[in-house]
Amino acid sequence: MSDVVEKTLTALPSLLSLDSLSGSTTLSSTSKLGNLIRGITELTSKHEEEKLIQRELTSIKEQVSSPNTSTRQMKELMVRAIYCEMLGYEASFSYIHAIKLAQQGTGLEKRVGYLAVSLFLNESHELLLLLVNTVLKDLQSTNLIEVCMALTVVSQMFPKDMIPAILPLVEEKLNHPKEIIRRKAVLALYKFYLIAPNQVQHIHNKFRKALCDKDPGVMAASLHIYFQMIQENPEGYKDLTSSFVTILKQVVGGKLPMDFNYHSVPAPWMQIQLLRILAILGRNDQSSSEIMYEVLDESLRRAEINHNITYAILYECVKCIYTIHPKSELLEKAAKCIGNFVLSLKINLKYLGLKALTYVVQQDPKLALQHQMTIIECLDHSDLLIKRETLELLFRITNAQNVSVIVEKMLEFLRVNKDDYTTIDLVGKVAELAEKYAPDNEWFIETMSTVFSVGGDKMQPDIPNSFLKLLSEGFDSVEEDRKLRLFAVDSYVSLLQGEPGKLPQRFLQVISWVLGEYSYLREELDAVLRLLANLLDMRSTSSETKSWVLMAMTKLCGGGAGVSVIREVCETYGSSLDTVLRQRAQELQHLSQDCELRARVLPRGAGLEPLEVDSSLSFLDGFVSEALAAGAAPYKPPHQRQEELAQTKALSLEPYGLSLPISMSSCSIADRQSPTLLSVSSGLSGESPDLSHKGGTTTLKLDGVKRVWGREGYLSQREPVEEPVHVEVPSPVVSPSQRGGEADRSHSQTPTPTATPQPEQEKQQLASSLFVGLASQSSVCLMGKSESTTQRFRRKARGPVSSPAASEQISNSPVSTPSTANHLLGNNFLDSNITSDLSVSSLESTSQLSRGPAAANGICEVELTESSPALPRDNAVAAAAPAPHQDPDTLKDACLRSHLPAEFSGLCPSDITPLCTNQTLDFLACHLQKEDSVSLVVFIYNSSDSDIQQILLELDSDELEVSCVCGSAVQEARSHSVAVCQYSLTVKRPSVHVEVVGMASYRCPAETPQSARFSYKLPLTSFIRPLTVSTEEYGAMWLDFSHDTKQKLTLRSDGRESLADTLDVLKKKLNLHVVEIIGTEGIVACRLLRDQPCLMHCRLHEGSLSVWLRSPVPDLPDCLMYHCQRALQEH
Amino acid sequence: MLTEPGIASLAALAYTNFPSVIPIYVMTSEDTEQQIIRETFHLVSKRDENVCNFLEGGMLIGGSDYRLIYRHYATLYFVFCVDSSESELGILDLIQVFVETLDKCFENVCELDLIFHVDKVHNILAEMVMGGMVLETNMNEIITQVDSQNKMEKSELDEKMW
Repeated sequence: MSDVVEKTLTALPSLLSLDSLSGSTTLSSTSKLGNLIRGITELTSKHEEEKLIQRELTSIKEQVSSPNTSTRQMKELMVRAIYCEMLGYEASFSYIHAIKLAQQGTGLEKRVGYLAVSLFLNESHELLLLLVNTVLKDLQSTNLIEVCMALTVVSQMFPKDMIPAILPLVEEKLNHPKEIIRRKAVLALYKFYLIAPNQVQHIHNKFRKALCDKDPGVMAASLHIYFQMIQENPEGYKDLTSSFVTILKQVVGGKLPMDFNYHSVPAPWMQIQLLRILAILGRNDQSSSEIMYEVLDESLRRAEINHNITYAILYECVKCIYTIHPKSELLEKAAKCIGNFVLSLKINLKYLGLKALTYVVQQDPKLALQHQMTIIECLDHSDLLIKRETLELLFRITNAQNVSVIVEKMLEFLRVNKDDYTTIDLVGKVAELAEKYAPDNEWFIETMSTVFSVGGDKMQPDIPNSFLKLLSEGFDSVEEDRKLRLFAVDSYVSLLQGEPGKLPQRFLQVISWVLGEYSYLREELDAVLRLLANLLDMRSTSSETKSWVLMAMTKLCGGGAGVSVIREVCETYGSSLDTVLRQRAQELQHLSQDCELRARVLPRGAGLEPLEVDSSLSFLDGFVSEALAAGAAPYKPPHQRQEELAQTKALSLEPYGLSLPISMSSCSIADRQSPTLLSVSSGLSGESPDLSHKGGTTTLKLDGVKRVWGREGYLSQREPVEEPVHVEVPSPVVSPSQRGGEADRSHSQTPTPTATPQPEQEKQQLASSLFVGLASQSSVCLMGKSESTTQRFRRKARGPVSSPAASEQISNSPVSTPSTANHLLGNNFLDSNITSDLSVSSLESTSQLSRGPAAANGICEVELTESSPALPRDNAVAAAAPAPHQDPDTLKDACLRSHLPAEFSGLCPSDITPLCTNQTLDFLACHLQKEDSVSLVVFIYNSSDSDIQQILLELDSDELEVSCVCGSAVQEARSHSVAVCQYSLTVKRPSVHVEVVGMASYRCPAETPQSARFSYKLPLTSFIRPLTVSTEEYGAMWLDFSHDTKQKLTLRSDGRESLADTLDVLKKKLNLHVVEIIGTEGIVACRLLRDQPCLMHCRLHEGSLSVWLRSPVPDLPDCLMYHCQRALQEH
Repeated sequence: MLTEPGIASLAALAYTNFPSVIPIYVMTSEDTEQQIIRETFHLVSKRDENVCNFLEGGMLIGGSDYRLIYRHYATLYFVFCVDSSESELGILDLIQVFVETLDKCFENVCELDLIFHVDKVHNILAEMVMGGMVLETNMNEIITQVDSQNKMEKSELDEKMW
């Protein structure tokens, strides 16, 4: 590898210097930088700057490529290049020199080289491969500063694929005597964990060591890793809770060296990090939370100095207290703290106080009530951010009573807000609130009108879509629907009579759809048609909106309404250059003349009937067969046409665009190969056919045709209604009526002090209307969480969607299931007398159980005679064993195993694991490895007294192909018996662990349908089979495979036979086939079930085993490498 | 757009909209980088003195999870872009530590120092924040590290003079 780098680096300057003008470089570099900066600051226009920088870049280019430039001069040049890049000009020619400088320079020059590399390149840049060797060298350097530099650059950017190359060296640094090195190594490993978690899985216990490091700095660095890992999987680190608490206790208690104090606060950043970790660990976990209470209390108490950083700690403390299992004393203190934040005069603290309030208000709405006056003040604060945070808080406390006031406040903010991001966010929230809590029709329509006007083209497209859906689906009462739609029509008509030119396009589209669908509720269709026609005439109307308008007119044109208007429109757009508009105009013309056809195509008020689309276009069959008979060519789908075209093009007319360096690096990245000469050649040959194929497809110009006459083509008449739309102009607003708000105010229940000055009184009034409903009942309706509030616009439950929603979802906790499984199948045995009659009773129950499903299904054949010989033996052992609590497991397994279908006799099933459990049904599963497949067997045990019907199991997996073995689908489970179903699994996409997720739905007699979800995990090794090949075959296959990975593994033993021993372990554990061992090298082969081979080449090298895996299947080598590593470690 | 946790980037911006220090810890393309800097300067420079030091999720900096936290010193703005895994007030003080450290290293730091010694500024920052994670917050410790490197440079210079 190093050879190539060396060659490239030595060759490049000479290549580049071909166009350089002179080789002589004598320069006073520092002044050059000064000149450049001075030059830039004196500039007056962007254009001048461009010229100056281009000049500068040319001169840098000249000098870097000259062979006479010393590394010292190079360093200065790099700083100048960094400058140009920072100003946004590309200096890509200098990238390779930055890498070179990092490699060849010493001390500060090296440092600048690394700096330039980290600023110039990003993680996926191909030149980074050239840096690997340098990093390797520096990691092994005796100079501590060089090691530090290497670690820093590694944590900033490192190609993911090359991590294995340096991983052992970085790991080694965890034991380095200098703590700064250890600390940086921990952070570098953290970076690896982020970009390639699989690679560092084996060093988790080293992280633990770092957490216990004697240097607090190293420990602090490891907290980053733990924060991340705990966030991903809080359950896995519960055992560390007390350690973190102890650490925090020590930190808070001032046990750390004085160096760690900041403004006499002990290690504040460490405290913050620890508090965040504790919050995650204590969430929904009472026992963990209880360990924390004391230290949290102490943290609150200690953080009393009035300094910014103590507030940072307090804030985290408060958040933690509100996240973990609540304790009233602490909550009280935390509430007081939040009060201090909110009331603080420091604006930063006020902001955080509001954030904290927003966070806690769902649990403790009274707190918002306490600070209502402050919140009102914040609503009028000059800082928009504070205002927005306040609105966010109000959004969380909205209920049916205060909705109109809060929405009014939000709209007020929206009208002055300029920031797109906030607008989009807030518009969505207003729409959500309006849909949920609207007090009446008028308010709803008017609010939504405002939302559409303000949101304009920026808002999420699902807002208008769901609004239209709501209108068309209607609610429970027909009369209400009519009123709502009529009001919508009326208000839109009056909007169009005003200044429609100022409305955003998307709003106009909504308006035209509503008018088209529901104008029939009004009398004068003529007027509506004229208004719509006016829209068409406006120049600001986009052509997309125009086609919506034309659609609306088509819907309205029946019954002789507006004949003249329609004729005019048809004339204008019937010859439009826009084909879509022209088509719509033609439709309009035909349908307006043929009333009968119109009634069939566009039935009135049928917005909610689902459309039936004949996607196979079977009604055209007659036409097609006629055409074929007349000699027409049969239809070919586009992809087939493309393929044929590509095939007919035998000669590649594309230029060979590949030059050596590019192809080398690109293919080596794609194929995950190290840049050796071998991989260059194979990459090149592998790439060329691919390119010519691509060339073939790109030259085809079928796009234009497809777009207009695509599969969706003509049929999509009604579709524009559903499509997301784009609008251009935002414009002023129709303000929603205050009526709702006033009505609420009169209803308000919050007591208001009477004697207050006028402005104060206004605020009080506002407060009472904002916080109404918060005080009255303790269970507040927050964000629709409370079911008791009647939602005005609750959607009708429709169609098949309703049944899963109505059925109970039972989530299962994997932790508790083992015990229930034991309970389920073992209770018979445990409760009965253990000694003499145990075997008898269990035998009885087993046979009873196994007869059950056989009789019930008649499908899964359980042969009692065959399985029973195993049983008495098990039972005998169990009965003889002195400790009875071992029994249930063996018994349960034995009893379930007796239910395995007969074809599996002789195979060794995996342990039977419980999937999920509830009162009546228990689901358990195991898998069995067969020669060419893996079978998953699911046992369903019915512990209730009644039969359970309509069991439906649906299994799915991202990585696996799951198919039900025919005839084994279970439909019912008789009471107290076991039903069995069987699936066969094949691998779709290799992954370290594969998972089958499933859902079972079933129905108990006289109960609602229920469903349960479960998942079953199995390692990839279950799918690995030995592959018997000869050494020659192996050699031939090796060259063909494109995906590979390399890694060094630890040897099992040090002796002479270490290679054989290690391979033996792998053979046994992973089911591999050892093809041959020659000296220090060994070749091994395996396959993934039937036909996905993977080859392994091992070599003893300096006391470790270098393993190289190759396969035609992407990801397979990586996954297998992981399992090899695990197998050797466990051993 | 920005995906990794911790501190996504830091930019020190002068009134002239002339960026001085821009380590970006998260992968972005060159174009968006420039756009982010422009946008950030635009946002930060128009904020009053009496508003809070935080700015929330613009589209450009990666949405609601990211915030800008800035401090204003004379002609310079120091802006950190962080995700929700960092404490707002903690970062504010981190900026303070950074500036104090710069002040010590350059003896009364000014805008020109940052511009002329961009590499040194980067070195100091690399000792504080590594790959987007806070590494060291103790000013003395940072200075010790930076000094040890400077010493190495000096000894090199001496060698060359010999």
